[in-house]
Amino acid sequence: MGKDKKNLTPEQQKYQVLQQKHEIKRPIIKNCIRAFWVGGLICTVGQAITYFYIYFFNFTEQTAGNPTVATMVFLSMLLTGFGIYDHLAQFGGAGTAVPVTGFGNAVISAAIEHRTEGFVLGVGGNMFKLAGSVILFGVFSAFVVALIKTILIQWGVL
Amino acid sequence: MLPMFIWAFIVGGLICVIGQLLFDVAKLTPGHTLSLLVVIGSVLDGFGLYEPLIDFAGAGATIPITSFGNSLVHGALQEAEQHGIVGVLTGMFEVTSSGISAAIIFAFIGALLFKPKG
Repeated sequence: MGKDKKNLTPEQQKYQVLQQKHEIKRPIIKNCIRAFWVGGLICTVGQAITYFYIYFFNFTEQTAGNPTVATMVFLSMLLTGFGIYDHLAQFGGAGTAVPVTGFGNAVISAAIEHRTEGFVLGVGGNMFKLAGSVILFGVFSAFVVALIKTILIQWGVL
Repeated sequence: MLPMFIWAFIVGGLICVIGQLLFDVAKLTPGHTLSLLVVIGSVLDGFGLYEPLIDFAGAGATIPITSFGNSLVHGALQEAEQHGIVGVLTGMFEVTSSGISAAIIFAFIGALLFKPKG
């Protein structure tokens, strides 16, 4: 934004000042409190599912994370499909976006939304429209981190 | 058992507050925020800091999207121990496959079952 400022005409600069004055201030503290308890609650549900897998399916504390994530994505499919997750996201903000249910919601809502364009081009092509960036940057950063660590271990630095 | 629930609530909530601050204060879009959190997760695991957090907070650390970056690095390193550099590529999705496959499978089932609203 700062770079573009020089190219603006005086009227445009005046407009920007006006715009900033009328921009609605975001209630940061209220949003943070909501995000805290909604996100915390989702993680508590996740913890309950983790214990469920540990006690009934012989997973260990370390491996129970995987089926838990899958179950949470399944729950988020149901909530998204019945239109509940949208209301939850309106209220919880990042509290619903940051847990893995938000990732599931992004994939599933894109799949449902583009269903009218057909299953191959619509659902298949648009499924990762929103979540693709998470996968891309996750995989690339993991690749760099793991590569550096592997090389350091092989050189005997670590 | 009960303290685990409380720590899961607090740690998970705090990670979500970091996300909310990135939304509101840094004015990032949800896409940018989630990408940033995933990168933070993988870097933390590179320094070996994420595993202790999971031991401490359980689902409070495995449910937020940061754990996606953590498990990607984890799978890559596990395989790299056995097969060297090539393992970084072959092991990448080893641990995290359940999340991605669940998302793909359930998204398709969802698209079959539900009709778009509005």
